Amino acid sequence: MNGNWSLAARRNALTARAAIIQEIRRFFVEGGYLEVETPLRIPAPAPEAHIDAIPADGWFLQTSPELCMKRMLAAGYDRLFQVCRCWRAEERGRLHLSEFTMLEWYRANADYRDIMTDCEGLVRALAASLARGNAIRYRGNTIELAGEWERLTVREAFDRYSEISMEEALALDRFDEIMVESIEPKLGMERPTFIHDYPASRGALARLKADDSSVAERFELYIGGLELANAFSELNDPVEQRRRFEQEAALRGELRRQVYPLSEPFLAELATMPPSAGIALGVDRLVMVLLDAARIDDVVAFTPEEL
Amino acid sequence: MYTVADLRKGLKVTLDGDPYLVIAFDFAKPGKGQALYRTKLRNMITGVILDRTYRSGETFEPASLEERKMQFLYKEDDHYCFMDNQTYEQVHVSEAAMGDAKNYLTDNLPVSILLFREKAIGVDIPNFVNLRVTQTDPWAKGDTSGSDSKPATVETGYVLRVPPFIEEGELITIDTRTGEYSTRVKG
Repeated sequence: MNGNWSLAARRNALTARAAIIQEIRRFFVEGGYLEVETPLRIPAPAPEAHIDAIPADGWFLQTSPELCMKRMLAAGYDRLFQVCRCWRAEERGRLHLSEFTMLEWYRANADYRDIMTDCEGLVRALAASLARGNAIRYRGNTIELAGEWERLTVREAFDRYSEISMEEALALDRFDEIMVESIEPKLGMERPTFIHDYPASRGALARLKADDSSVAERFELYIGGLELANAFSELNDPVEQRRRFEQEAALRGELRRQVYPLSEPFLAELATMPPSAGIALGVDRLVMVLLDAARIDDVVAFTPEEL
Repeated sequence: MYTVADLRKGLKVTLDGDPYLVIAFDFAKPGKGQALYRTKLRNMITGVILDRTYRSGETFEPASLEERKMQFLYKEDDHYCFMDNQTYEQVHVSEAAMGDAKNYLTDNLPVSILLFREKAIGVDIPNFVNLRVTQTDPWAKGDTSGSDSKPATVETGYVLRVPPFIEEGELITIDTRTGEYSTRVKG
């Protein structure tokens, strides 16, 4: 009778999670997207200063399927999605698991604003499938899903919620702390928020904005203070992409982190990738928001501590 | 010396010479940014609460506290009284300094009293304590879903969620680090 009570107590959450993932697939298939499976173990993860891959038999467990999916865009597949496991070393907390489930989708001939529209459609469809109607309750807040969601630039977010500007925060090396302490808790509380146009230095795979090269066409989606997704208008200039990868790799070296080999096939094929946009969305956190769960632990079958 | 990897609720560290207790901890990583370790720390002498965010690589000195094994005797007004079984010396700890430990205190529970410059400023209790359920609603017979929990009150007055099969009068084990139900004690 005692058994594993905390696992048994997750039955409702795990049942809803399975239904949400089915509904995600239905949403994209109906939208003309091809579901793909790319290898989970890869030789060359994208170099990003603060994301560490877990080594696996000489290669690495993927931190994201991004590079393989963009190679498919370059090969002419114009609408793709994937639901898969990703791994990021030493990330564990209320909202983090080192092994987690990612949803990524990519569209040719689109930019990050089209992806925002996809996000609105997807989350509304999921809420409707759970009979949540036009609003969801998360941690005591009612979040309205109907109508256009809030779109706020990173610069505006600093002006509104922080005592210093985005430029000052970058100069003082306080950007991440202010994001976590002062800005994130305010985002997506009444309706979901897209916070967009990140400093150019913080979007290694994103295209810079045509009329303001100090910022990248990158957004993050927040609902109820939770960061759910990161999206770009994808950079498709191989020369600029190589320069950015080398810059990130050099930064990793300075931080005494493992420097990964560059994905040469990706860089070679990027030249044929049409203007595209794509997104990585954390499925576990999306389930948390839809089910009003406090911890990521509440929406997965096993945490590492339970194994 | 502790690193950010050691941070967890209940850790005691020294900041500016004073002992502090970590009362809340979370890992954060804002979109593609660096790992941040967010803490809420309570000054164990003044009770002042600080919010501090740390980065990878930062280190902490453990709080220099003396620990003495004692037993809980009784509560009076806003303080709790403990006795050293060897010397019969009694000490008082304020309700504020007790923190969550007050949810689990029963007569004669062995605890460690934490002293800083000879003054009792806190208490460490075992990670697991057994407490009797004094009130909980009966489980509807035939409900085999096993997927729900229900509230239960234990002998100290503390309320927590328990599995539906737990009945009044049963003894349960509680993890005092999380405040959550752990197992049912057989017999």
